[in-house]
Amino acid sequence: MKRSGVLGLNRRNGDYIMKFNRRHLYPLVDDKVLCKKRLQQQGLAVPELIGIASSMRQAAHIDDLLKGNREFVIKPAHGSGGDGILVITDRKSGYFIDPGGRLVQHADLEHHLTNVIGGLYSLGGQPDVAMIESLVHFDPAFSELTYHGVPDIRVIVYRGYPVMAMTRLPTRQSNGKANLHQGAIGVGIDLFSGVTVGGVSSNAAIAEHPDTGSVIAGFRIPHWSRIVSMAARCYEAVSLGYLGVDIVLDRDLGPLILELNARPGLNIQIANRRGLCSRLDAVDELETLHKSAEQRVEWSCGTFGEPVTDLLTHTPW
Amino acid sequence: MSKNRQWIVLSLSLLVIGGLIFAYKVVRLGYPALPDLTSEVWTVQVRLRINAENGPVRAELMLPSRPSGFSVSRENFVSRGFGLTVDEETFRRKADWAIRNLDEPTTLYYRATVMHEPMRKRFASRPSKPELPGLGEPYASALANIVEEVSEESADTESFAAAILSRLSSDRSDENIKLFLSIPGEARNTAGLAQMFLAEAGIPSLQIHGVMLQNQVQRAAVKTMLAVHDGDDWLLFDPKTGHEGFPRGFMVWWRGTEQLATVSGAQLQDMQISIRKRVESTLELASERVELKNSLAGRISILQLPIQTQSVYEVLLLVPFGIFVIVILRNFIGFSSFGTFAPVLIALAFRETELLKGIILFTLIVSLGLFFRFYLERLRLLLVPRLAAVVTIVVLLMTMISIISHQMGVETGLSVSLFPMVIISMIIERMSVVWEERGALTSIREGLGSLLMAALAYLVMSMDILTYWVTVFPEVDLIILGVIIASGRYTGFRLSELVRFRQLTHEKEA
Repeated sequence: MKRSGVLGLNRRNGDYIMKFNRRHLYPLVDDKVLCKKRLQQQGLAVPELIGIASSMRQAAHIDDLLKGNREFVIKPAHGSGGDGILVITDRKSGYFIDPGGRLVQHADLEHHLTNVIGGLYSLGGQPDVAMIESLVHFDPAFSELTYHGVPDIRVIVYRGYPVMAMTRLPTRQSNGKANLHQGAIGVGIDLFSGVTVGGVSSNAAIAEHPDTGSVIAGFRIPHWSRIVSMAARCYEAVSLGYLGVDIVLDRDLGPLILELNARPGLNIQIANRRGLCSRLDAVDELETLHKSAEQRVEWSCGTFGEPVTDLLTHTPW
Repeated sequence: MSKNRQWIVLSLSLLVIGGLIFAYKVVRLGYPALPDLTSEVWTVQVRLRINAENGPVRAELMLPSRPSGFSVSRENFVSRGFGLTVDEETFRRKADWAIRNLDEPTTLYYRATVMHEPMRKRFASRPSKPELPGLGEPYASALANIVEEVSEESADTESFAAAILSRLSSDRSDENIKLFLSIPGEARNTAGLAQMFLAEAGIPSLQIHGVMLQNQVQRAAVKTMLAVHDGDDWLLFDPKTGHEGFPRGFMVWWRGTEQLATVSGAQLQDMQISIRKRVESTLELASERVELKNSLAGRISILQLPIQTQSVYEVLLLVPFGIFVIVILRNFIGFSSFGTFAPVLIALAFRETELLKGIILFTLIVSLGLFFRFYLERLRLLLVPRLAAVVTIVVLLMTMISIISHQMGVETGLSVSLFPMVIISMIIERMSVVWEERGALTSIREGLGSLLMAALAYLVMSMDILTYWVTVFPEVDLIILGVIIASGRYTGFRLSELVRFRQLTHEKEA
C-alpha cells in the first residue's frame, strides 16, 4: 500500500499538517467568520455574510439579523465536518422551509441558533457564534449530477500548489449535505481539464449517482481554471501549507469559496483512485517554489493533469 | 540536534532510564521481577548467656556486615534492661550492650534474617602492606627460613599461601614449624600463624569468620577462613585444608582477630549460634532489606506510602497503560471513540465492577440517559443547563440502580457509583448529537466502539503483572512514556486504512 502512494492519517498529521500548518494560523480557517473576512481582503469571492448571532438575545431576534433575506444558511463559526449547518430556502407565513421542503418553525430555528452559540458543534464545546450567510444558488450545470443541496469542489493545496481535486455530490442519504461521511459522493476531478473521473460513495467506487442515475465520470466542471486559481490563492490568504479549499459554483456569481480546512480528509484519494504522496513529493522536489499563484497553477495542471482526450473518450455522451 | 531526531533520543533515554532502574531494583535490591516469588532465607540467632556478678556489664557482639553472597534483611535484638548501641563501619558492625548493674543471670539474643544476594561483593577493602612480624631470635631467623623455602617452591601469592597453610596443618614434624606452634604466651590458630608468615613475605592477609548456612543447626560452629590479597583481589583459603575458594553457603560474619562476643564485667557462660532455613515472600524481604540499607532507589517506591495512598497510586500508575492501549487502537488500528480518553476512565470503573457487570451497568446508564436526553431535546434547553440536567439525571440513575440492585440483593449494583458521571454525561450528549446528525446506527456503533475500547483498556489494566509492576517498579511508567513518545512519530498506515484505501492498491496492482 505504501508503494501505491496513499497518504494515511498518521502521516498526514505528522509529516504534513504538523510541519506546514503552524498552529497560530489555525484560527484563520477554524473561525469561518475570520476566514471569510480574510479571503475577502485578498479579493477572493465568498458567499455574502448576512449577519452574526453571538448572544442568546440576538438569537431571539432572528428577523433583525436576517435583514429580510428569505434564503440563507446558518453555520457555526467553529463547526467541523458539516455539523450544525442549517439551510433555509424560503419563508412562508411565519415558517421557514428547508431544502427538502419541510417546514421549520421559528422556535426551531432559534433553538438551533442557541445550540450553535452554546458551542454544541464547536471543537471542545467552547461558546461559538452563529454565522448567517447568503444561500448559494447552485449552477444548473450540476443539476443532473446531484440530489438537492449544493455540490462543492474540494481542492487540496499543498504549499500553494493545487495537488488534487474532487467534487462532493449530495445524496438523499446525506440529506443534501456535501460531506462524505454523511453519505455524499466524492468524485475525482482531473486538475488540468476539470473533467470528473469517477465516484466513490462511503469508500466504494460507483459509476452512477445513486439518486439521479446519471453517469458520474466525464463531466466537465465549468469555470475550472478560475476554481483552481482561486484555490491556489488561498495559500497567500492564510499561509497554511496543507490546505483543503471548498468551493461552490453559484449560478450568478461563479465560483465562491465556502470554507477552508486545515485538516482536509483523505477520501479525495479514493475519489481520484490515486494516492497523494507522489504529488506532495513532486512539490517538495521543486528547487524553487513559484512565486505567483498563476505560475503554481500552471505547473500543477501541467504536472498532475491527464491528457483531456483520454478522459473524454471514456464518457458515454 | 534536529527536531526530527530528538524524539528518538528522548524516547530511548526514557526506555533506558526506566529499564536501568528496573534492573537495578531486581538485581541489586533483590525485588522480584514477577509477583508471588518466594526465596529461601535463614534465621541466624546468637544467644549469649551471662552470669551476673553485680556491677556494670558490657557485652559486645560482632554483627554480620556485608556478608558476600548474602544480605541481611531484618535484625532483632532482645536484651531486657540493657542499653544497645550499634557501631557501624564499612566492613565492621558491632553491637554494644551495656547495663549499669546486672544482678541476675541474663540472656541476650541477636537474630538476623539472611538471604541470598546474587551480586557477590568484595569481602574486605583493599589492604595496605602488612607490618613485619618483628619477632626476636630464634623465631626471626626460623621465620625467614621458612618463608624463603616456601617462596622457592611457589610461583605466586596464591601458591605461596597454599603452601604455607599446608605446612602448618600437615607438617607438624618440621622443627621450624614446631618452634612457632610453641611460642610462649601466643596461642595462635593456624590462620593467625599463617598471617605471620604472609606478613614476613609482605603479603596482606585477613581473617574472615563466618558460619555455614544450613537447613537447621542448633549449635553452629564459627568457621575461620584466611583471606589473602594477591595485589588485585582477595583470595579465600581454608586454613585447615589449604584449598582456595569460597565455600558454598559460607556467610561472612566479621573480619579480623576479634572474638565474636566479648563480655566485660561478667562471665560469658555460653554462646550459641543457631541457624534455621525458611521460605519467605521475596517482595517482603526486599522491602525490609531496602529499608535497612536506606537505599535511595528503594525509597522512591510507592510501597513507602500509606496503604490507602498506595492503592490510589496503583490505579493512577496503571492509567498510562490504559492510555497506551487507546493510542494503539486509535493511531495504529484506527478506532474512533467518544472522547479521547473517556474509555480509560470507564475502564477504571470496570476495575471495581468487573468486566461483564460493568458493561451491563454502563449500557444501562447510557441507554436510560439517552432516553431522557431525547426528551430534554424537545424542551429546547440551552446547552449548559441541558448538560447539567443530563449530569443530574445520570447521578439519579446511578443512585436508583444502586438502591434497586441492593434491594434485590445484587451487590454489584452498588459499584455503579464509581462510574465517572461527567464522562458518561458527555458520552450521552455526544451520542445524542451524533444520533440526530448522522443517524442512530452511527451513534450506536461509535458508542459500542467506545465500550469495546474501554473493555480492552480494562483487560490490559487488570493484568496482574502490570498491577504488580506499577506498585513495586513505578519506573515502568517511564518505559511506557518512552514507548508512547516513539509511537507518536508513527506516520505509517492505520490498519483500518488498509481496508479503506484497498481499492487504490488493487488498481495499482492490476
